[in-house]
Amino acid sequence: MTARQWQTLLFTSLGLGVIWAFLIFALLAAGLSLFEGTGLVPSSAQITICGLVAGIWGLIAIERRTRGLIGGFVLGISLLFHLLATDTPFQNSEAHPLLQSLGALLGAFLLVIVLVFSFRTLGPGVVNRRRWELCILSSLQVFGFVFFTVLVVLPFYVMLMTSLKSQQALLMNPLDLMPNWRQDGWAIFRSYVELFRDFNFGRYIGVSAIVSLATVALTLLFAVPGAYAVARLRFQGRKVLSRSILMIYLVPAIVLVIPLYVIFSQLGLRNSLLGLLIVYPATTLPVALYMLQGYFRGIPPELEEAALMDGCSRMVAIRQVTMPLSIPALASVGLYVFMIAWNEFLFAFMFLDNPSIFTLPRGVVSLNSSEVPRQHLMAGAVISTVPILILFLWAERFLVKGLTAGSVKG
Amino acid sequence: MSVLSKSKLGPLARREQRLALGLLLPTVFIVLAIVLFPLLATLWISFKPVTLADLRPPEIFVRERTRGLKNIQAAGETFRLEYRLRNSSQTEWVRKVVLKDTLPKGLLIPELDNRCRLTARALRCELGDWEPAQNEKLRFETQITGDWLAEREDPGKTPPNITGESSNKLLSSNFTLENFMNVFAMREFEAILLVTFTYTILGTLGAIVVGLFAAQLLNLSFPGRMIFRGLFLFPYVAPVIAMAFTWLVLLDPNSGALNALLLQMGAVETPINFFGMRWTEVELFGLTLPIPLALLMVIAFEVWRYFPLSFLFILARMQSVSQDMFEAAEMDGATPFQKFWELWLPQLAGILAVLFLLRFIWTFNKFDDIFLLTGGAAGTRTLTVSVYEQAFAINNLGAGCAVAVVISFLLGLFALAYFCSLPTEEGL
Repeated sequence: MTARQWQTLLFTSLGLGVIWAFLIFALLAAGLSLFEGTGLVPSSAQITICGLVAGIWGLIAIERRTRGLIGGFVLGISLLFHLLATDTPFQNSEAHPLLQSLGALLGAFLLVIVLVFSFRTLGPGVVNRRRWELCILSSLQVFGFVFFTVLVVLPFYVMLMTSLKSQQALLMNPLDLMPNWRQDGWAIFRSYVELFRDFNFGRYIGVSAIVSLATVALTLLFAVPGAYAVARLRFQGRKVLSRSILMIYLVPAIVLVIPLYVIFSQLGLRNSLLGLLIVYPATTLPVALYMLQGYFRGIPPELEEAALMDGCSRMVAIRQVTMPLSIPALASVGLYVFMIAWNEFLFAFMFLDNPSIFTLPRGVVSLNSSEVPRQHLMAGAVISTVPILILFLWAERFLVKGLTAGSVKG
Repeated sequence: MSVLSKSKLGPLARREQRLALGLLLPTVFIVLAIVLFPLLATLWISFKPVTLADLRPPEIFVRERTRGLKNIQAAGETFRLEYRLRNSSQTEWVRKVVLKDTLPKGLLIPELDNRCRLTARALRCELGDWEPAQNEKLRFETQITGDWLAEREDPGKTPPNITGESSNKLLSSNFTLENFMNVFAMREFEAILLVTFTYTILGTLGAIVVGLFAAQLLNLSFPGRMIFRGLFLFPYVAPVIAMAFTWLVLLDPNSGALNALLLQMGAVETPINFFGMRWTEVELFGLTLPIPLALLMVIAFEVWRYFPLSFLFILARMQSVSQDMFEAAEMDGATPFQKFWELWLPQLAGILAVLFLLRFIWTFNKFDDIFLLTGGAAGTRTLTVSVYEQAFAINNLGAGCAVAVVISFLLGLFALAYFCSLPTEEGL
């Protein structure tokens, strides 16, 4: 190997070692802080030296063509992390020392694993650009997964944990997200019990479920024949119609809300579920029409023609040939519409004043006041999120299809 | 022309047309009624001086009272029947006001007001036109006859009926340009436009770039890929209301976990009010740069919530691209970054362009997110939030509609750009 290649190898391994040491130990420190409720701040000297050592070890491992002594190095680096600390490993004697030692061990382990994963492509021998890029890419991939996972999971974690805490605990130490597990029985679910008992959340769930299901039913009832006509039948103005579906689909709710508010107020429909059941299907119809007609176009028309030749009427052909074939599409559209209706906020917020017909989002908004403690708000958020997430996980395949087809909207 | 082409249609084709019409009619009717009609109504209201209070039409309030009825012992005694009337509106006339009431059996009114007539038991008073806030008490000295004493029916038992004509402000032919002048003269109108476009462009680009990275990650094959794909979709699938409040709780300056963490770890000295601070200064390489913090946070939320959509879209396209080209590149020793720049990006350019235009329109239309996070405060007021503010916070429906018309106009331009640039193979 040339000196230049040695240089590249040295910089890469040391650089990645230090960067990963910072990422891993900072993340661990933050995680432990949230767990213990007190700030854990390892010094940068501690982290840098551990990172450099890990990098040098990686370099040796590459050249020796061996992964050599991974276990020993994990222990060595965690020991170094302990020795370099002036206090307990994470420099905070308030937090449990054993936990900190475990944290140091875990950090050293993750560091070594990530470096082994990244350096595996460098291998012994010549380092060319492709091998180097593969090494950096491996590091980036690991970083990407950690980054996205933390980013996505953190808010959900905070939502759930805050909802399980008590008012005093929240005010006393906002950092401590762990609820007090040692309460007896159901006391930890206090906020949820109060929401269902005093804030009528059981009813809101019912109203939301009814409204969403009715919206799905109405939307499909109107969209299926409409989409079929656009996809299959020849008539004047078909092109114009299929383009204008997309146009209408781009009209935002905020532009419609004032006139609908005015008209519905005068008709007495404003503060009623009937009003919502008129608006929701109407706003989801274009997207349903758009998605379904795309699907209907994909079904070979010969199937229907065969049925027509055999003497079926058009309606029977639709019902007995096209519909059974489009059940997956109907499921996708139905789930997507259900999700839109369940999550809908603007119209529910503008139209509903009467707490006995609140939908869940409207109910959660009503919790957002200074008189209602924060853990109730978060419990409300959890209650509105859990059903839709369960539905999503249960029918992910269909919903993802619906999202991809309809994701022009959102 | 249409007659000519129609005559060319055979009976079968004509039947097909009729069927299509029958199948489409309900849908078209609903969409016309709930989407297109309100759009026109927005335009109509934007030219009218209408406030939220005008939604309740002006009317005459009436209250009926009696005095001395309880003490009556014998026929021939009198009591006082009184109607108190008031025009509820402070600004509008009510015309041709008519009061009608049915009196109990056996009452006589000797001296009737000359506007009123009593035929049998029916009292009818034609009170003419009432000016704004006008009020009046109609008093009748009423005499008892023997018939009344048998049942002693209270006159208040049958409520009086009052009718009047008032002009509905929404339907009047009174037009004004004032709403639009207000909107364009608004001191911060330019600021609102600037915020709207910053939010829209950065939010869209951010979501697409982050989505592109997520798609690259999920295009690798490894065990548990589907779990990650599901997980990465969570921000979009969960209700906006739950997510917005969670961000608010997490980033709260006083009781938020993130600020507490930053404080304890020594990253900041005072808590940061992420959603309440219009400007903050950041030191970068010795330069002090002012950055619009609240706006950036709102954009970050937008990117966080909508990157799943872009990544789904991009991933779907990536998986439909033929692998041959990549295998050939691999044989030629292309590096991963070369493959990304030279092969993937050109392959994805079409879908990225379509995605950008669509997401641009949808981000431009976004209302819920900003409204829930900041309510339009701290330099985050976009056009959509200002529709709500004008109409329901300042109660000026006309001005709200004027802003909505501005939005629709801009949207029309974007939609035009979208349809003109739409590549035909994207399947629309």
